[in-house]
Amino acid sequence: MKRSTIDAWVGAFVALGLAGLLFLALKVGNLASFSTDQTYQVLAKFANIGGLKVRAPVKSAGVVVGRVAEVRFDNETYEAIVTLNLSARFQFPKDTAAKILTSGLLGEQYVGLEAGGDGVMLKNGDRLRLTQSAVVLENLISQFLFSKAAEGKDEKGAKK
Amino acid sequence: MAEGGPVADLRQGLERLGRTFTAKIWRLGFAARFLAYLVLHSGVALRRFGLTIREIYFAGVLSLIIILISGLFVGMVLGLQGYETLQRYGSSEALGILVALSLVRELGPVVAGLLFASRAGSAITAEIGLMKATEQIAAMEMMAVDPIARVVAPRFWAGVISMPLLAALFSAMGIFGGYLVAVPLIGVDQGAFWSQMQASVDVREDILNGVIKSIVFGIAVSWIAVFEGYDAPPTAEGVSGATTRTVVTSSLAILALDFVLTALMFTGGNGR
Repeated sequence: MKRSTIDAWVGAFVALGLAGLLFLALKVGNLASFSTDQTYQVLAKFANIGGLKVRAPVKSAGVVVGRVAEVRFDNETYEAIVTLNLSARFQFPKDTAAKILTSGLLGEQYVGLEAGGDGVMLKNGDRLRLTQSAVVLENLISQFLFSKAAEGKDEKGAKK
Repeated sequence: MAEGGPVADLRQGLERLGRTFTAKIWRLGFAARFLAYLVLHSGVALRRFGLTIREIYFAGVLSLIIILISGLFVGMVLGLQGYETLQRYGSSEALGILVALSLVRELGPVVAGLLFASRAGSAITAEIGLMKATEQIAAMEMMAVDPIARVVAPRFWAGVISMPLLAALFSAMGIFGGYLVAVPLIGVDQGAFWSQMQASVDVREDILNGVIKSIVFGIAVSWIAVFEGYDAPPTAEGVSGATTRTVVTSSLAILALDFVLTALMFTGGNGR
């Protein structure tokens, strides 16, 4: 079997195709990010995580500092345990608070970290004590309605 | 015959319908046996890989230009149209997600498959059909060379190998086209474009499933193309009819398979 120019073209074609796949995997699918970074894991318990998903960003002051690694359900306290993978470049005090926030009105949910004032930094496997659950729209509306109803009762009571 | 007329017509019609149906089933069975025989006798195509490489050149390399240019334009149109819709909701940064997900999941494999069927599939059918019409296939059989192993199998495997690569290039080119429209032309923030895309495109869930789709389409199109060519009546009319059937059947097969695969891949469980 001899080498021919067709071989070169086919080789270039296959290489180009594989490069396309690689581009999709790395640049579009982001296979590489955070996997090369050193990370440490922190746990946080929430009463309600709303629509938080695995791989959702963890932000502090709006900057992405990590990702949600795992969401579990604790069957003893009936709370959600969220494991956060934080980049080792960023250190946070031990009394950092975690909130579940929504980006924009209809955007995805993410975990927001607010640094505290403790001198001791978080280590791998630590648990965040201060957490605030996701805002559930239905609860918000029902609270609003109940408070309105309560106001109405008070007014009636005042008239009598 | 005045009274028996309509009844006879009806009977004749039913008979014709039955004959056509039986012939179709017969042909489907033959096509399935053909595929099995082809796969079992593709040892030559894999051992003498030069044969397959030559066919990859014709099916893959020569389809490259149409795939790349169509990908670019499809991506650019997606960018423009997606922006029109997304900016109403004030989320034009999600343009990257829209372009990437629709290309990687659907448009890449499907449109590349359709283009591949009409560019390469029709050529394969015409080539094999003409070889049959000019009795080259019969001559090979006479020389104790198995035409399926020597002629059909390399073309089949070339199609199966080329199709995923072409689909990946189509998607990559489309995302580049979407980027060209979104960032320099419209002025969407470059960081948001890429980061939102990277945050929501999953390598296994989206990209791998797209690749699986394109492999399935590659098998379907190549199978239909080589079978139509091999089964074509050895006349000029027969070959032209077979070429048309290749394009029609494989386009329909791609769209139908796409529905089935999408239903299996993207609606199962994860509740996105």
